[in-house]
Amino acid sequence: MNVETTISTDIAPLHFDQVRFEHRGHRLLMPTSVTFSGCRRTLIMGPNGAGKSLLMRLAHGLLRPSGGQVRWQGATPVQAMVFQRPVLLRRSALENLTYVLAIRRVPRAQRKARALDVLERFGLAALSKRPARVLSGGEQQRLALARAWLLDPSVLFLDEPTSALDPAAIKAVEDAVNAFHQQGTRIIMATHDLHQARRLADDIIFMYGGQALEHTPADRFFDIPHSPEAAAFIRGELVW
Amino acid sequence: MQKMTTMVTAGLISLSWSASLLAEDDFITLASTTSTENSGLFDAIIPAFTDATGIDVRVVAVGTGQAFEIARRGDADSLLVHDTAGEEQFVADGYATERQDVMYNDFVLVGPSDDPAGIRDSESAAEAFALIAESESPFASRGDDSGTNRAELRMWEDAGVTAQGEWYRELGSGMGQTLNTAAGMNAYTFTDRATWVAFENPQDLTLLFEGDEALFNQYGSLLLSTENNPYLKQDLANEWHKWLLSDEGQQAIADFEVNGQQLFFPNAK
Amino acid sequence: MSASDNPFYTALTLILGMDHRLFDIVALSLQVSLIAVALASLLALPLGAALALWRFPGRNIVIVMLNALMGLPPVVAGLCVYLLLSRAGPLGHWGLLFTPGAMVVAQVILVLPIIAALTRQQIESLHQEYAEQLHSLGVRPLRMIPTLLWDARFGLLTVILAGFGRASAEVGAVMIVGGNIDGVTRVMTTSIVLETSKGNLPLALGLGIILLSLVTLINALAHVVSEMAKRRLG
Repeated sequence: MNVETTISTDIAPLHFDQVRFEHRGHRLLMPTSVTFSGCRRTLIMGPNGAGKSLLMRLAHGLLRPSGGQVRWQGATPVQAMVFQRPVLLRRSALENLTYVLAIRRVPRAQRKARALDVLERFGLAALSKRPARVLSGGEQQRLALARAWLLDPSVLFLDEPTSALDPAAIKAVEDAVNAFHQQGTRIIMATHDLHQARRLADDIIFMYGGQALEHTPADRFFDIPHSPEAAAFIRGELVW
Repeated sequence: MQKMTTMVTAGLISLSWSASLLAEDDFITLASTTSTENSGLFDAIIPAFTDATGIDVRVVAVGTGQAFEIARRGDADSLLVHDTAGEEQFVADGYATERQDVMYNDFVLVGPSDDPAGIRDSESAAEAFALIAESESPFASRGDDSGTNRAELRMWEDAGVTAQGEWYRELGSGMGQTLNTAAGMNAYTFTDRATWVAFENPQDLTLLFEGDEALFNQYGSLLLSTENNPYLKQDLANEWHKWLLSDEGQQAIADFEVNGQQLFFPNAK
Repeated sequence: MSASDNPFYTALTLILGMDHRLFDIVALSLQVSLIAVALASLLALPLGAALALWRFPGRNIVIVMLNALMGLPPVVAGLCVYLLLSRAGPLGHWGLLFTPGAMVVAQVILVLPIIAALTRQQIESLHQEYAEQLHSLGVRPLRMIPTLLWDARFGLLTVILAGFGRASAEVGAVMIVGGNIDGVTRVMTTSIVLETSKGNLPLALGLGIILLSLVTLINALAHVVSEMAKRRLG
């Protein structure tokens, strides 16, 4: 963990070179070139169907581009992703975490202690033996974040992780995101919540109709958006 | 996962149990007919043989045709069937070295108690069969190439009729199943006496014709040849063969009764 | 109908009498079918899961064949095993024909396609849910198989029970390869056939009632165990 913090600014930049994506003849992502670098919190904004999730899945390697290149400049860093609806195994909260450690070949004797540590950290210690899938939505998302934490990622992707949660749960997720960031993790997160973006973002990528229209620092984005679509979005005139 | 482990362990234990069955060599496999098995004859005589020799006899009861096939493939150590012509051919073909008469019973004709074909007072079996064909009364045939089926076909031939038409129903079943079906259809059928006497579901069927010498049903024991079957337990099978023909074996057959009626008549020479 | 003609009465007297031979027959039936289902599961669960996860040329043909084999007539399976294990067959030197081992082999062949085909369906739908997450966690395909099998365990229990139902109910295969030998390979279903052919219908039906009760009992047990586990694990 400490080692990672000191080299955090050296996380390999991720380049999108004219990346496009098509599915069954529909072009879902227009040729896009963006770069994610440093240890920033980049929020991807835009209405539903703009291509936010697509961009993240391409970045994380869950999808292959139809054209162009997704390229890490240097060694591919450790990554994790938290989905809109958490996908948890049909096991206890604790076992969901020890599973990840087993995948990462952590010696069996260390798994339980490390998992319990992280559960404690995310306020889930009391629920360790509960089946993960009967937890509340907020608890499930926290467990998904705890699982990501165990991976010690250099880059964390979050796909609208708070869209189905109540305010208290949203707060917990945002705190966790900041905790990751303070540990030196690059954050790439999709949201359509303007307030959330104002609270978290270092810079913003604004997407509309399968195109990345802007990539600007957050304060500039909210004060003087380039595109009329972004301006309309900020005024709350674009339905999502 | 624990459940899985338990299941696998149980499986392995049980497999070793099957293996122990294989290891036990003091038995022979006897291919025989459903008529002998269904009547209960083997239950009565095998314990006596086992007591005398320590050899167990495992009976696979099938039609005579299938019994020949099992022996031909080397899956039986001994044969006890009732198709003298077929048995002699089996010896001639080199699958068996010896065939001996063991016992006989007889075939009978059963049918609906009101006897629509009027066979009750026939002079001969041939006449009874001719009457059934003439009146086109429903007749249930085994149709399975068993010894009984082969004997039945010879009867039609002797009667000089071709068994054909809607009234003649080939079932392709064993004796008991054929009796069940005949009872259900209220049809005539041709059966060995032993199965008939032991049969518990006759409904309206009754014994209508018996006693003609042509209905004689001879059982023979065959000593199989090792030539086609290197696994044959020849010594054990030989003991069984000899015991069947011995005074003890013949007496055990004579002593077997169902409902106070002797079903098999020993006639070893 | 007198009392002795009533199959329920017959079944009851058989059970209460704890007849030694009946007990052996019941035990052998359960033993053969349970071993067959355990062995078939051992092979078919990973096979079904692998088929759900891997895309390879001819995959659809394999799936269609597997689905079709679910309807394999027991007699045909029995005949194939008979020809295989017969002294004149390729595996004749094993000496398995007319033993419980041969019956296990035949039932494995009958049950394996059922468990594999149904497992594939279950695992495929679970995989749709898990695929992105497991990929994100860096789980390799080979490692996904045990993960998905374990997480689908409650559905798979039903699949295994379906296999057990097929195994314990069939008669065509065990009759041919077992030979229905008294005290050696005689099981519930072959006894029922035998008693029917003797015209002893109440006894045959009584045995049928006992068989059905046993299968019901096993299903009920599995149901209770799975419900308890579900409540505990979600």
